[in-house]
Amino acid sequence: MRVLVCVKRVPLTGGRMVLTADEQAIETRHLGFTISPHEECGVEEAVRLVEAHGGSVTVLTLGPPEAEEQVRDMLAVGADRGVLLVNDSDEEWDPQGTASALVVAVSELEAAEEPFDLIVFGNESADSGGYQVGIRVAYALGRPVATGLKGLSVEDGVARCEQEVPGGRDVYPVPLPAVVSVLEGINLPRYPSVPAKLRARSKPVERSTPERPEPRLEKLRLVVPPGQGKQAEVLGQGPEAAPKVVEIMREIGVVS
Amino acid sequence: MTLVLIEHQDGRPDELSLQALALARGMGEEGPLEAVLVGPGGEAAARELGAHGVTTAHVAEDDRLGSYAPAAWARCVTEVAERTQPKAVVAAGSTRGNEVMAHVAARMDLPFAANCTKAHQDGTVTRIRWGGSLLEEARLHGSPLLLSSAPHAVQATTVNGADAPSVERLEPALDETDLLVQVVERVEAETKGISLADAKVVISGGRGVGSADGFAILEELAGLLNAAVGCSRVVTMAGWRPHTDQVGQTGTKVSPDLYIACGISGATQHIAGCKGAKTILAINSDAEAPILNNADYAVIGDLAEIVPAITAELKRERPG
Ligand SMILES: Cc1cc2nc3c(=O)[nH]c(=O)nc-3n(C[C@H](O)[C@H](O)[C@H](O)COP(=O)(O)OP(=O)(O)OC[C@H]3O[C@@H](n4cnc5c(N)ncnc54)[C@H](O)[C@@H]3O)c2cc1C
Ligand SMILES: Nc1ncnc2c1ncn2[C@@H]1O[C@H](COP(=O)(O)O)[C@@H](O)[C@H]1O
Repeated sequence: MRVLVCVKRVPLTGGRMVLTADEQAIETRHLGFTISPHEECGVEEAVRLVEAHGGSVTVLTLGPPEAEEQVRDMLAVGADRGVLLVNDSDEEWDPQGTASALVVAVSELEAAEEPFDLIVFGNESADSGGYQVGIRVAYALGRPVATGLKGLSVEDGVARCEQEVPGGRDVYPVPLPAVVSVLEGINLPRYPSVPAKLRARSKPVERSTPERPEPRLEKLRLVVPPGQGKQAEVLGQGPEAAPKVVEIMREIGVVS
Repeated sequence: MTLVLIEHQDGRPDELSLQALALARGMGEEGPLEAVLVGPGGEAAARELGAHGVTTAHVAEDDRLGSYAPAAWARCVTEVAERTQPKAVVAAGSTRGNEVMAHVAARMDLPFAANCTKAHQDGTVTRIRWGGSLLEEARLHGSPLLLSSAPHAVQATTVNGADAPSVERLEPALDETDLLVQVVERVEAETKGISLADAKVVISGGRGVGSADGFAILEELAGLLNAAVGCSRVVTMAGWRPHTDQVGQTGTKVSPDLYIACGISGATQHIAGCKGAKTILAINSDAEAPILNNADYAVIGDLAEIVPAITAELKRERPG
């Protein structure tokens, strides 16, 4: 099986969102970076499929040059090669622009070798949460797409896709080649071992630099929502505060 | 005209779809409000929509639409949109609402803004990012405007003296590819205990709980309060609790009367899941932890001592 997973580098924000002065981005000077947990699970799912059926896992990202770090992280947990589409502007790409760049890259990779049996996305990106890039890519490639998966298995060229719904799971059989998006919880991703991290350094990462189209979902500015930065009333230190806690519980009506 | 996709169950419109109607009515568009309903029970659900300002409902109850098929749903919405030329097409920012709208956007080659808290007919929207920890003001360049309404950002509202909408039957020209991805089976799951999403009290543990066994004291307190037990992502990643217990941006969103965060630092991605709580109590050994900037009350100290003390206090007051 040839599997491709699309991931996006995002800042690892802590307890507070701080914006840059122009309100176009999160201030990242003191932050680390990561990818969405959904996408981490997507890579883990791809690696497990390839462990079971043979094949290879490619990781594809569109991001700043530094996004190579996230690609290498994924190579360390079992992906075989990486492709980095370098965004050399400071500006964000909108979902349509992102999808078209990914589609061009997929088409080139497939022309050079064979088509991917499965292209895996996160259900939504951690930062912008557009809920659409995977679906757009599927349409552009003319492939079926199932989203929000909590279960996935492949047999005889058909992916059994499971979605969690109130009261149970909905099952969709989807013929390959297909596009899917997954949710955190579909698996518990492995941690990279030290030797795997070392091996990841020598795995190939190809680069190209696509042109950013004018966004059609144009970001004007970011705003930190009101409500952050209140200060909790400290009821006390240690177990002596228990009676006060119970008093509050009674006040708000959760104990009689 | 504004067109709204209405999801429905057992012949009743979904609450989130009624919120989408309220958001659509607030867009400053003078023209009528119309709805699309797909699948069995659509016509029954349409009857309630007059009270929410809908004058015409386009109903597709084709036999092939008996179970959910995202591309087929999108075909229905796209057909109505192409025929009626609305200024905007709006759906609920639910799992299916966002999915169908992304399909519609791909079919029509238009931009789509998911999870808007505000929208105007001039194309400007406010939408949520990072699960609600950040807002983005944006402009949609395209017509019709395609957007979904963030869950619980606006309340459903009714209009006075409205009749049931007139119903127009929709016979979509479905092709095979529209039905390639369709639900074939519903596997029922056993439900045990109080669900996180519905519980009046949620007691969550984070890294500070220390181990899977450390959750026993949270479970005991939960038993007394009829509460559900939740956790942070550090806990699920360590394998101490299943992901179904995770509260946050990539877990469950909860809105209990009381949320007790034990040994949780208060990362924005965790807060995204619990900020709907009426009251938040933090139990943390660090008086500087960011959770204190999101909580109403705090107790500073070791949760391994504090949680059992609260349990004992409740038992003392309510013997037996
Ligand atoms: C895109 C994205 C999505 C994410 N989604 C989620 C999500 O859905 N849910 C989620 O929870 N996280 C999520 N995270 C992870 C999040 O950023 C944090 O890493 C995580 O919430 C931290 O968990 P924690 O508070 O348990 O651990 P820590 O941050 O390590 O905090 C532990 C806390 O316990 C306190 N403590 C330690 N010992 C004790 C003691 N004995 N008694 C009392 N207090 C003690 C410490 O003072 C500290 O405040 C996401 C991250 C990203 C990037
Ligand atoms: N810049 C990017 N590079 C690679 N994949 C991306 C990028 N942006 C989004 N994706 C993928 O598309 C999914 C959905 O993103 P979105 O539509 O923004 O919610 C993400 O979870 C990723 O798998």
